[in-house]
This record gives sequence, structure tokens and C-alpha cells, in this order.
Amino acid sequence: MSLDEIKIGGMGASRRRVEDNRFIRGKGNYVDDIVLPGMLHMEILRSPLAHARIKSIDTSKAWAIPGVRLVMTGEMMASRNLAWMPTLSYDTQAVLATDKVRFQGQEVACVIADDPYIAKDACEAIVVDYEPLPVVVNPVQAMAPGAPLIRDDKENQHDNVVFDWEVGDKDGTEKAFAQADVVSKLELHYPRSHPSPLETCGSIADFDRATSKLTVYMTTQAPHIIRAAVAMVAELPEHMIRIVSPDLGGGFGNKVPVYPGYVASILASILLERPVKWIEDKTGNLISTGFGRDVYLRGEMALRKDGKILGVRMHTDSDHGAFFSDAQPSKFKIGLMHSAFACYDIPAAHLTARGLYTNKAPGGVAYRCSFRVTEAMFFQERMVQAAADDLGMDQAEFRRLNFVRDEDFPHRTAFGFLTDSGQYAKCLDVGLEAIGYKDFLKQKEEAKKRGRLLGIGISTMTEPLGAGNSREYDILGIKMFDSAELRVHMSGKAILRTGAKSQGQGHETTWAQIVAHELGIPADDITVEEGDTDTAPFGMGTYASRSTPVAGAAVAMVSRKIRAKARKLAAHLLEVSEEDVEWELGRFYVRSSPDRGVTIQDCANAAYSNMPDGLEPGLENTAYYDPPNLTWPFACYIATVEVDPGTGVWDVLNVVAVDDCGVRINPMIVEGQIMGGLTEAYAMASMQFITFDAEGNCVGSNYMDYLLPTAWETPGFELHEVVTPCPHHPIGAKGIGECATVGGPAAFVNAVMDALKGTGVRNIDMPLLPDRVYEAFTTRRDISGMPPVKTED
Amino acid sequence: MTSLNEEVFPDQASNVPVRKVTIRINGENRSANVEPRLLLAHLIRQGFNLTGTHTGCDTSNCGACTVLFDGQPIKSCTMLAIQADGHDVMTVEGLATASELHPIQEGFKDEHGLQCGFCTPGMMLTAKALLDENPDPTEDEVRWALSGNLCRCTGYQNIVKSVMWAARKINNQAAN
Repeated sequence: MSLDEIKIGGMGASRRRVEDNRFIRGKGNYVDDIVLPGMLHMEILRSPLAHARIKSIDTSKAWAIPGVRLVMTGEMMASRNLAWMPTLSYDTQAVLATDKVRFQGQEVACVIADDPYIAKDACEAIVVDYEPLPVVVNPVQAMAPGAPLIRDDKENQHDNVVFDWEVGDKDGTEKAFAQADVVSKLELHYPRSHPSPLETCGSIADFDRATSKLTVYMTTQAPHIIRAAVAMVAELPEHMIRIVSPDLGGGFGNKVPVYPGYVASILASILLERPVKWIEDKTGNLISTGFGRDVYLRGEMALRKDGKILGVRMHTDSDHGAFFSDAQPSKFKIGLMHSAFACYDIPAAHLTARGLYTNKAPGGVAYRCSFRVTEAMFFQERMVQAAADDLGMDQAEFRRLNFVRDEDFPHRTAFGFLTDSGQYAKCLDVGLEAIGYKDFLKQKEEAKKRGRLLGIGISTMTEPLGAGNSREYDILGIKMFDSAELRVHMSGKAILRTGAKSQGQGHETTWAQIVAHELGIPADDITVEEGDTDTAPFGMGTYASRSTPVAGAAVAMVSRKIRAKARKLAAHLLEVSEEDVEWELGRFYVRSSPDRGVTIQDCANAAYSNMPDGLEPGLENTAYYDPPNLTWPFACYIATVEVDPGTGVWDVLNVVAVDDCGVRINPMIVEGQIMGGLTEAYAMASMQFITFDAEGNCVGSNYMDYLLPTAWETPGFELHEVVTPCPHHPIGAKGIGECATVGGPAAFVNAVMDALKGTGVRNIDMPLLPDRVYEAFTTRRDISGMPPVKTED
Repeated sequence: MTSLNEEVFPDQASNVPVRKVTIRINGENRSANVEPRLLLAHLIRQGFNLTGTHTGCDTSNCGACTVLFDGQPIKSCTMLAIQADGHDVMTVEGLATASELHPIQEGFKDEHGLQCGFCTPGMMLTAKALLDENPDPTEDEVRWALSGNLCRCTGYQNIVKSVMWAARKINNQAAN
């Protein structure tokens, strides 16, 4: 009798989450919950100015406060060769500023004291004399002749350009445009936004002089990358560094980079030989840690009259802030921007990208995003809508006409990616049916007669999730594979560890389901651990929706290795040859006599108590998985809205999401990811952005100014699914965590633009705040693209 | 100097005034000598070691630090510890009994009302205050009640369902 897979919590079970047992009791273990004996507290003094030379720093008053143990400045860091650190993108970043500050909120000094309140007092007692310098707050200013040089610390850096990069077929694209009947153009800005997990960044560094071992508890999505970086920066050997990432209160890409606070707490602990805790406040998090987006995109599409897309041309100017510190795969300077238009069959495409330094905090992190795909897909779907409008074609039909067809996989995109699976038209049909497309178009026309503005927005996309393969993807030269280690105990219970790191995705629940699927061990019998570099196998961590595509695959592969060994044990126990043993979920049996069988638990017991001669004892293994390709989930998001022409306020009427992420391990968790992503999409489209004034002051440095949606504003979502298994993933799964954040914003914006159709307004940049919508509607002008060279106050 | 770390640092300077506060927390009287400026959230977390109460934003916006203060939800990051002297405070650690979860806790688990778990304690306490006052809320009433608590992971839909789940269970228990 085969086991009932759903009953044992295998694949496809909406298994309730294991990690919830501690979270609902208030027994989570976040960094700030950890208290070590003798622990001191660190606070950071940040720059109030965006660009200024440091003339002097007087720390004497801080030292005089009782309870202060150490005051650190850039000068002191420099004397230990630690004033600068390498970033994950081959740039350098100041740990504590020495020469000048380059963005508001930059780390200038640190105080370590007995108590966090004292450390804060002492920071306020530090006197810094600044000489203000001219400020650059956007790419236009950065590129202007005579612009102030931000990175004068770098040899051979004579302008503010981080990179110039291009990809695609320039000549082929030019030919496509020469043949076009119609050329559609679009220019827009994807504004700067902060991932803003509720929990800020923090660390506890604990250097033990007796053993020379450094343990760092910290908020990181990628503990092993951090260990490599710390080894480089602190010049400690890897085996003397233990990074522990405990429960994380959200990450969304914000907790991938190496931040100065981590490094400063490590040095402080080494100097003081005491544990040093640093917990960032919210303002510190919002003004100094990894931002996302901030890309100016423009492009054009070559079209044939019948609606066929012949070619696409794109250019991006991205604002990276003062340091290029976001982790991008090293071969791709603007991340996977060139995955744009991957779901459409387009013969030729060309992308040029320029990255620029500005006097803003480091930007460009993959905020719930696979390295710039969010900007790529937003531009794609806005461009597609503009093109359909220019041709006078129906939104849905224009997409359908240009989709890569089911029978055309594998398909090489114009930018060179290989998409391998999908049912794009089917997903679109499911979405149109669910939203009641035809009825809505009628309603819209009728409403228009009564002066009401209804709109419908569609966004369809496939995106590359699960970097890498190792041929093409690396960070700092470390190839982007991942890993899993499985130890099956004598009783058949097990512990699984992976190189990924959950931040709320529920790995403790879902990884056990994969093992249950592969081995028939009930999921409840499997403990999952992640985040401790002393125990977890080496992996690249969790971001860019790569856990299930890469680490999840490693979990399946290690389970199969265990099963292969268990088969030998089964043959021994059943006294037949291995070839005569058959497998069904949880059990081996004799082919000729199916009643004669042993369970996986019997095999586990035998591995420790009754192994055949010549077979290595134990039932443990490790798998490193290097995926042959990215996974390509597809999504169709459709939103309907009503815009109030008198105020510019728009309300969401309905949202339908159709996601095809291949085989779903835990449908409940997948749906949770989609709803969370849709909310961030709605946030981006409607309210969530951080601006800077002409002096580089961050406007949006707290949750009173940085608007995040609450339960009240957030619309409800209707979810649907289509399943096209990934052809190369061992369990057919694809990434899902970021799909809705990536594809969602265009659905909302397209809906509002659809409501304004006929007014001559072609684009309004996000967020679509009511005043922007009202202004565009009343002036009949776009609000989009590049800022003027001189920013008004 | 606060006395929170007294055991660790017996030699701390004593030139900072402290005041003794006594708070009934999760049904138990606890006392501490605190600096007048100490925030209630910090006393709960570091003084009383109840780390289920989180601080997310410092400005009363996110609600991760929500506790029940004489039964009413308040944001403990913007109340001074000395203001709580003589009052009753309930934190997430007080929701379950030794043997049984509160229906709100069960609801959050059953309806997948949490992902990273950081906002969850505050969400659950706000929900408790709502259900104590309005045992049979509509979805809109739940959404409005929770609008002072931010969640970055779930998109709220499942949080609303979790609270409705708890309301049903509480009402069914009351009916039986």
C-alpha cells in the first residue's frame, strides 16, 4: 500500500507552517531578541548632509559620557585599513567616512556603550565640522558637464558613470525599425522605493579572544556570501568566522548587501573583546540601506500594421547612489533588465544601459526582484499597452498575437535567454474570463457616457527566476548554485539543512514536503535548519526567487541520493538483489512479491544497525545543485479601476491573478507569496516611493512620510492557477516569490491609463498619486521621464 | 542610567535618576527601576525579557509593538515605561494558556496569516481588542481595526481571514 502523499505532508499539501508555532507565541528569535553575556550596544552617527567634506570630528564629549566604551571614526578605521570595504559588485564603499560624506545618512562615527540609550546620547555629543559641497540627486545632474565628481576617492574615475553596458543585436534592431509601419515610443521613471522589511538591519558581533573565533548573528539573506565578505574585509580565515542568520523579520532584498554597521560592530567586538549589538533604527534603515529601482527607461517598438512586433530598443539610466553596492550577477551590469519582452516573440532587440553615481544612498538592490526584472517587466507591459493603443488594437489581442506559442518552446529570446515552457495564451484566457473582460468593456463604455472613468489594465510576463546556472551567474566570482544536506536518523526521522535562508517564505515547512515527496518520510518527522554557516552547506542564500528553483532542487536531489543508498539497504533486508527491488512512496518491495517490503524507516534503522558487508554505515548525504537554466514562471495580472475625474483618486474594483509557477509544493504558501507580492505592486503603483529634495535630503525617512499600504487600502485579490511544470527542475517547480511584485504594478498603472484613454495622456510615472492623476487629466499632459537639470525646490 | 543591565554591570554610574515602576504584565506583577525616558517597549523586551513584542518603526506607525494596556491596544514604542506604572499590560506571551492557544493564534496559523512573523504579535493583540469589543465583526470592520498595523509580507487578506476564523471559533465556543 502506497502512502497518501497529502496525508504525510508531501507535495501539493497545504501543510500548515511549522515556523508559526513559535511566531504566534511570540517566541521567534530575531537578532534583537538575542542577548549575550556582557553585551555592549553600538549606535551610528550619520551624516545630515548629502555631499560634504569632513573638516574635523571632535569625539571628546562622547568619550566623557559614563558608560561609553569606544568611539570609532573613519580615521580610526583607516588606521586598521578598514575605512573602505569591497561591495558585492566590484566597487568599494566607505565603512565610516574619512574624506567626505557622499549621501545623507552615511555612516560617520560609531559609539559603543553599556546601554543603547547611552550610545545614542554619545552620538549626539560628537561634533562634526562639514564643508558642504554641490549635490547631485539624479542622473541628469550626474551626467551634466562640470558635475561635481562624487567618487573622487577612486583612481581613474573622472565622471559619475558607474558603467556603460549594452546587450542585444544593434544592427538587426535597426533593420527592424527600418521595416516598421508604426514606431511606438515610451519614456518613464521607475521611482526609488525602499523594500522596508518591518525588522531593520542589525548584528551582534562576538569575537572570542581565547579561540580567535568570530561569531556574528545578523540580519542576512545570504550568510555564506557574508562570510566570504567578512573574511576579505576583516582578514580572518573562514573557519574562524561563523555567521548566524536567525529569524528574519522580512528581507525583500534589503538584507543582501554588506552594510557598514555589520563591519563596525565586528571591529568593535574585536577591539573590546565583548559582544557588540547594533540594531538600526527605522530612519537609519530607510535612508542608508539598499534601495530598489530608480531607473529612467525609454524605448521604442517597431510594429507592423497587423500588430506584429518587429523589434524593440531600450535605454536605461539607473541611479545607483554613491556606491555600487547592490549584488548583481557580475556579467550583467544592469541585472537581468534584458529579460524584458521575453514572453513575446520578437525578432530583434537592443538595450543600452548607463549606471550613475549620485549623492543618494546605495540603490539598485533586487527588491523582491530578480536583478532589475521588475523595471524590465514594468517597462515591457507599459510599452505593450502604448503600442496596442497606437495601433488601435485590443490590449489582450495584441498580447495574444505576439506571445511565444506553446509549441515554440524552447524559445531563444531576442536578448539571448532560453525560455523553456509555458501556456501564455491559456493564462491570459483564464484571467480575461475571471475578470469578465467583455462585460467590463461594455460597462466601461456605458459608464463613460455618464462621465465616469473606468479602466482595465493587463500585465502578462514571464521572468527568469533562480539564478544561476554557474556558466553565466556569479556574485564576486562565486557561482550561483545551492545546496542541501540531509541526515536520516536511525528512527527514520531526519534533519535537513540548506544554503538558502527563509525570511518568511516558510522553508521549514516546504523543504520537508519535498523530502516527504521523495522519500515518504512524513514531513512532521523532518526538522529544517538554515542560516548558520558552521552547520549549513555552502549556498548563495535567498533572494531573486531562487530558493525553490535552486536550493529546492538540491533538496530533491539529496533525497534521491538517500533513496539510492536506502535501496541497497532494502535489498539486503529483503535478501534479494538491488535490481529486484521496486520503490513506491515510503517503501521498497520485491518486484515479484509486492507484499514483501521494507519501509524507508526500516532502511534507516538498518543503516546504523544492520548494514551489508562493504556498505558504508549511516544515511546522510549532501547535494550541490547547479541548475541547467533559469526557471520561467508566467503571470497574468488584471486590474479594474475607477478614476474620479474631479480629484484624481482611483479605486481598485477587482484584481485577478493567474500564476503559472509550475508544480506547487505548498499551494497555501504559494498563494500567500502572490498576495504579498500583489500588495507591494499596488503599493508601488499607488503610494510607495521615496523622494529627495535638491539638497539630497531624503523625504520619506520614516513611516509617516514613506507610505505603505495598510489592511484598509489594500484591495482583495482573486487568484487562479495554470500549471506548466518546469522541464529541467527535478520536481517541476518554478520560482514565485516575486512574480506579483514584478508583474503587478503595470496592471494597476495600465488600468488607470486605460481609464484616461482618449485624453491624450500616455503616461504618468508611479506612484499614481491623486494629484499627479488630476494634473495629467486636467492638463492633458504626461508626467513622465527625466527630471530637468535644475530640480526645483 | 537604566537599571536594566544591573546584573551585568553592577558598577554603572548612579548619577541618573531612576524610578521604580510596577506593572501587572500577563497577570503577574513585575517591578523595575527605570530611567524616566525608558520606553515601555524596551522595558518589556529588555527588562522583562518578553521579546515577542517587536519594535518596527519608532514612530507609532507599524504597530509591531502593540500591547494591550488595560485592555486597549497601544503602541508601546511611544509610551514611557513610567506611564505604565500601576497598569495592566498584556503581551503576545499572555495570549495562550499553558495548555491551549488563543483562537486568534489558531486562526493565524490555520489561515496562513503570517509569513516572517514580525508583525504578528501586534496584529494578534489588535485583533483581540477588536473581538473583545465586537465579537462578530464584518470584513471591513476587521480591516479598519487593523489599519494601524503594517504587514509587509501577507497582503492582509489572510490576516483578515485569520481574525474572522477566530471570531467564528470564539462565538461557537460561547454558543456551546
